[in-house]
Amino acid sequence: MPEYEPVVGMECHAELLTNSKMFCGCKNEFGGEPNTRCCPICLGMPGALPVMNREAVNHVIRTALALNCEITRDAKFDRKNYFYPDLPKGYQISEYDKPIGVKGWLDIEVDGQVKRIHIRRVHLEEDTGKLFHVAGDESFVDLNRSGVPLMEIVTEFPPDIHSADEARAYLMKLRTILTFIGVCDGKMEEGSLRCEPNVSIREIGTHILGTKTEIKNLNSFRAVQKGIEFEVERQAELTEAGEKIVQETRGWNDAKQITFSQRSKEGEQEYRYFPEPDLLPLEISDDWIEQIRLNMPELPDSRKARIISEYGLSAYDAAYLIEEKELVDFFEETAKLSGDAKLSANWIMSDLARLLNTDNTPIQNSPISPAHLAEMVKLINDGTISGKIAKTLIEEMFTTSIAPGLIVEDKGWKTIKDTGAIEALVEKVMADNPAIISDIKEKGLMQKKGFLVGQVMKASQGKADPQDVNRIIDEKLIG
Amino acid sequence: MLLNREEVRKVALLARLELTDDEIDQQAVNLNGLLDKFEALQEIDVSDVEPTSHSIPMVNILRDDLLVQSLSRESTLANAPESRDGCFIVPRIVGDV
Repeated sequence: MPEYEPVVGMECHAELLTNSKMFCGCKNEFGGEPNTRCCPICLGMPGALPVMNREAVNHVIRTALALNCEITRDAKFDRKNYFYPDLPKGYQISEYDKPIGVKGWLDIEVDGQVKRIHIRRVHLEEDTGKLFHVAGDESFVDLNRSGVPLMEIVTEFPPDIHSADEARAYLMKLRTILTFIGVCDGKMEEGSLRCEPNVSIREIGTHILGTKTEIKNLNSFRAVQKGIEFEVERQAELTEAGEKIVQETRGWNDAKQITFSQRSKEGEQEYRYFPEPDLLPLEISDDWIEQIRLNMPELPDSRKARIISEYGLSAYDAAYLIEEKELVDFFEETAKLSGDAKLSANWIMSDLARLLNTDNTPIQNSPISPAHLAEMVKLINDGTISGKIAKTLIEEMFTTSIAPGLIVEDKGWKTIKDTGAIEALVEKVMADNPAIISDIKEKGLMQKKGFLVGQVMKASQGKADPQDVNRIIDEKLIG
Repeated sequence: MLLNREEVRKVALLARLELTDDEIDQQAVNLNGLLDKFEALQEIDVSDVEPTSHSIPMVNILRDDLLVQSLSRESTLANAPESRDGCFIVPRIVGDV
């Protein structure tokens, strides 16, 4: 069987973070009671006239700049005509031949290799309503989402992406950029970031592109990866069996982990695009672009490089922290307050991450503030508490949101500084374990010393400093 | 350029118009009449005219990102041939999974 490689184009849609919809003043918000955020414009009533939302246009220019695009100075809107019950006007206002951003790129990293993924276009359009299919022969339509500003980002053709891993990395990177610059909340589970990969396969070494299929309903990074992997496998099997791949849209069934045929695309749909007569063109000036560039937040790549050089973090830690803007914000604040970036990062990535994970709390709602975590790191570093006690302390901080200093005081968790008290514990443990002592002294089994240290730590309820304990045991063994 | 009956039928389908054979014939005459007029326009020399999508000399008509009161749900659904549970009801359009 010949080796096949996937060829993956990515089409992503991001709902923009604005107060109001794209062409009217209805509220742009997820969920809510159906059909309560609608007006004649987003309902497509005859005679209603759309007016562009300035902030939505700014968001797309911002994204185009962050994705290293050229800005189309004379961008304009067009009508894309088709009939579907979630599209009340019978056309979608979109950008056809003059998208705001063109010819961009972003870099991804897979298995330590940096790869540049080229972006063909970034354009602005409006979202459709939502269709709910229930049992029976009817569907329900909610038009709250109709007219929400939607940005489409499409990778260059022919595609640079040749594996499910690369597709996933691309999407994660894109999401990070969009959330860092504040244009989209990136919530795939709520559909504010959606991704429709088109997938084909070809024999490695050849350059002919095969028939592609488009995958829909991918609601997580994992689904994107699994969906592409499944599709590649399916297409390879069909090809091996001498069967034809049908150009079609396939849905992802997350429960069954398979794609299924939705509707076949018989050639290009006839959308009969033409310039939207209800909207005048844009004229994007140097000043306008400069204004947005000046207010651009620090982008993920440069922020990652900075936290590595400024705080001496490993590339792994930096990559982990940079995935969410709120997470890296939390880290930087903690690191600055605690004066120990590495230890701050360790606690954030291990115990705090685990605690947040157990009840799905996002980092921005963490019951432990950066100030409290920084205080805890300081308590460890100045020897007030042991690392072992800190493991219990952080749980308590998470449950109560009380400052660590107060908890330590209240519970009596300070490290025992009194050498005499530790000596007494060491002597008791040694007296209780004569067999171990003789193993060490007579047979030279030094590895058994760890057992003694453990017993003393246990007897001190974790409050002794392990270094003190080690030193005192050494002294007693010699003496 | 002349549209034949099949092409007229396709245009009607794209517009979701159900036409009888007689109406197809009639529309072929109408549409071809229109196309003739565009053919006439094609003869004008526009080689020194910049292409434009709009004839009004205005650009950047934008509004601030402010909220305006939406319609009540009752008003939104008022013209719906069928509605239930606050939603428009339409015939089911996607097959079973």
